[in-house]
Amino acid sequence: MSPTCLLPPVIALVFSPLLLGVINRTKARFAGRAGAPLHQPYHDLLKLLRKGAVYSRTTTWLFRAGPVVGLGAMLAASALVPFGGLGAPLAFEGDLLVLAGLLALARFVTVNAALDTGSSFEGMGASREVQFSALAEPALFLGLASMARETGAVSLGAIFASLSAHPWAESGLAPLLAAVALAIVFLAENARIPVDDPNTHLELTMIHEVMVLDHSGPDFALIQYGAALKLWLLGSLVVGMLLPVGPGSAPAGVALAGGGMIALAVLTGVVESVMARLRLLRVPQLLVGAGALSSLALVLAFV
Amino acid sequence: MLPVLTSLAVLLVTGLAALIAHRSPRAATALGAGGAAAGSLLGLVPALGVLLGDPAISLRVPWQVPGGAFSVEIDALSALFLFPIFLLSALAAVYGAGYLWPSRTTRSLGPPWFFYNLLVACMVLVVIARNAVLFLMAWEVMALASFFLVIREHEKEEVREAGWTYLVATRLGTAFLLAFFAWIGRETGSMEFDRFSRHGVFSPALAGSLFVLAVIGFGTKAGFMPLHVWLPEAHPAAPSHVSALMSGVMIKTGIYGLVRTLTWLGPPPAWWAWTLIAIGLSSGILGVLFALAQNDLKRLLAYSSVENIGIITLGLGVGVLGIHTGSTTLAVLGFAGGLLHVVNHALFKGLLFLGAGAVVHATGTREIDRLGGLLKRMPVTAACFLTGAAAISGLPPFNGFVGEFLILLGSFRGASVLPAETAVPLLAAIAGLALIGGLAAACFSRAFGIVFLGEARGEPVAHAHEPGPALRAPMWILAVACVAVGLLGPWVVRALAPALEVVMGTPVASGEEGIPTGPLLGVLLASLLLLATVALSAAIRRFLLAGRPVTESVTWDCGYARPGARMQYTASSYAQPLTSLFSVFLRTRRVAALPEGIFPSGASFATETRDVCRESGFRPAFERLSRVLWAMRWLQHGRVHLYVLYIALTLVVLLVWKLG
Repeated sequence: MSPTCLLPPVIALVFSPLLLGVINRTKARFAGRAGAPLHQPYHDLLKLLRKGAVYSRTTTWLFRAGPVVGLGAMLAASALVPFGGLGAPLAFEGDLLVLAGLLALARFVTVNAALDTGSSFEGMGASREVQFSALAEPALFLGLASMARETGAVSLGAIFASLSAHPWAESGLAPLLAAVALAIVFLAENARIPVDDPNTHLELTMIHEVMVLDHSGPDFALIQYGAALKLWLLGSLVVGMLLPVGPGSAPAGVALAGGGMIALAVLTGVVESVMARLRLLRVPQLLVGAGALSSLALVLAFV
Repeated sequence: MLPVLTSLAVLLVTGLAALIAHRSPRAATALGAGGAAAGSLLGLVPALGVLLGDPAISLRVPWQVPGGAFSVEIDALSALFLFPIFLLSALAAVYGAGYLWPSRTTRSLGPPWFFYNLLVACMVLVVIARNAVLFLMAWEVMALASFFLVIREHEKEEVREAGWTYLVATRLGTAFLLAFFAWIGRETGSMEFDRFSRHGVFSPALAGSLFVLAVIGFGTKAGFMPLHVWLPEAHPAAPSHVSALMSGVMIKTGIYGLVRTLTWLGPPPAWWAWTLIAIGLSSGILGVLFALAQNDLKRLLAYSSVENIGIITLGLGVGVLGIHTGSTTLAVLGFAGGLLHVVNHALFKGLLFLGAGAVVHATGTREIDRLGGLLKRMPVTAACFLTGAAAISGLPPFNGFVGEFLILLGSFRGASVLPAETAVPLLAAIAGLALIGGLAAACFSRAFGIVFLGEARGEPVAHAHEPGPALRAPMWILAVACVAVGLLGPWVVRALAPALEVVMGTPVASGEEGIPTGPLLGVLLASLLLLATVALSAAIRRFLLAGRPVTESVTWDCGYARPGARMQYTASSYAQPLTSLFSVFLRTRRVAALPEGIFPSGASFATETRDVCRESGFRPAFERLSRVLWAMRWLQHGRVHLYVLYIALTLVVLLVWKLG
């Protein structure tokens, strides 16, 4: 294990809030505003970390454990995802399954913490979250399976390394389709438009934001930071497929992947600016559509 | 062999003694529960020994019964099933002693302990029997003993109905097994299992027919969709420690029978793998969907058993596909995942049923929508139930994840290299397992969240209290076991190797083709890292909040000042998006009285999800059958002397047939 393998988690830990800044700046520019500085999310986190906390009398230890376990799962997940040709510290066959398991764990504790408040709003958010994530899961797994088929490897590092040797421009459209499917999963899992609106917790958009209504102070900071990490990790899967970088190409590879992440954030901001959120009844269709794209990628991978 | 035979003897003798001592509740409980626990612990030692590498032990005693012999053997595969049977039986016996105690005033405690010990003994005998006659006898007594346990509260209409359904289903299943053993016995000329395995290759048509008979016969016990109809009836009706035993280990004897059968039938054709994977997918997905739609906590758990049997069958299907294609890695991972899930499911489903029993014990209701907020009143039960819920949802670092990881890893490996016609069922397994995982998380966040979190929704919760130590200790042990198996993954899976050798008939090593030590170590490292990062973020939170103002208030309900318990999301509303999305399968009935007029006086809403297979499949078929059979009713008139005449006539006919 080379010492550079510690870089991907460090990069994720340091730069993940920046993605939110880029998304918000893009949206502001579209709205004709100057927008907050790019480092605003860091200030928001620091502000929350300096506060005290208010807890509902209904809640129990589980409500307090939710953000802690959620962030813990994301921190552990950050050790599994390679970045820009740098291998992850924990790379083994089947690491992508563990990554999915950690995401599911974070979701499970968030949902239970939401139910612990006894609020109908948070119950509603929890109910929608489990519905959409259950439908996003097959799309994610089939997308990963298509990449495994394309490259003959079952670990993230090996998949990206193999893809970089045969980028999608040459090897056909399978990685491109899988990346689009994963991008939809990326938007859905991170509560972005067109599935959820991160700016509001009105009744119509009650999914992720409404589940964390009752958290305050440091707890809320842990949640926000965990969400930023999740955005970064799923984003780097999408970028890794579209701009695969082989091992040993640092620092150019890291720069390329970093540029890809910024581009993905800008793209997310553009999507949020030009699209309306889908009606809730339409969201399952989008997610099943992502699953269909993954299946199509699989078919292409077999050809 | 002696310890296991002693254990069987202890179980049977103490069971009988409990029956004889039925007038004294104290003596019956001490004899029954104490004997069950002692006998099980006694048997656990040799089972663990064989599992950890001791050579197989066997015994054969001739017997008067035609074709029968008391031949028993503990090989690695039997030991793998014996381990959860003995462990869960001992724990459920301790739990049952506390659980049944309050009912001593209304009903004798002798019979339930007699049947409990008989059930345990027969389950043991089923997995060690090596003679078809012995196997079938143990199988039948096992079914009957559990039937009498199910109908303990037989004054209730629904319990009698459940018992009746169970009895009919298990008899029908046995009919297929009888045909199966009669046929394979005729082909091989013996009723001894080792003759079945030494027979060599059966013709494809014969092997296929035998496979179908075994899938139906054993599948009825295991609860394959659509043969599962007895499960959601019988498990809620039984006392909770019996539900735990039936769901945790008894239905696994069906899986055991199927796996043992696979070792006899020779090289499997592809369609066996397709069949098993299809059964696994339908049981897994429909099982968890029906679980999600249930409002009765124990019914929910029963449907979830169908789901987990589906996951096990998926693993077996992947393994059979591996044998068919000659891919050792696929076979090892599929069978290892399936067999590990057998043990895992015994641990967490046993735990969940015991937890549900504690809830029923404390509140007197199984209806999820009348509960809520129990975590504050029953912290230990809640923590144990949460562990089981996370484990059954397949989340790291618990045991459920390791089993599903093996099946998924095998499917990914196979799908990435095998030709398309073999890869397609594997891809179906991947997509299916992903969907099952997501739906199981939804189902169990609902089961835990609505029952234990939030505010109490109804009167039953008001007097709820933590159960006594006899009920708490078994739950603790099972919860710890769920975590331990999750963290000891590499070693647990390595211990499966001898059992895998029995199933596959070839040596199984560690490494690239065999036990996947590398990936499992990776999972272990990730789990340890997870524990470390969770501890780190907990420490950060604690450090930050020290000395800061931490206050308590009401739940922030978007400005609404007086949130009430009845305004909470209910189990029905929580599941509604998913149940309406899958309404094609579920056909949930809604009964709504909507508010009307300017000053509405009241409104109500209720949902009920009945079993589609039962309602539109089996019920009409059996009603038609019973109308047809009604014509035979005149034969059953209750006059004993005419019955004796029937017997005499039959004997004469047989005599003439034999002589002529």
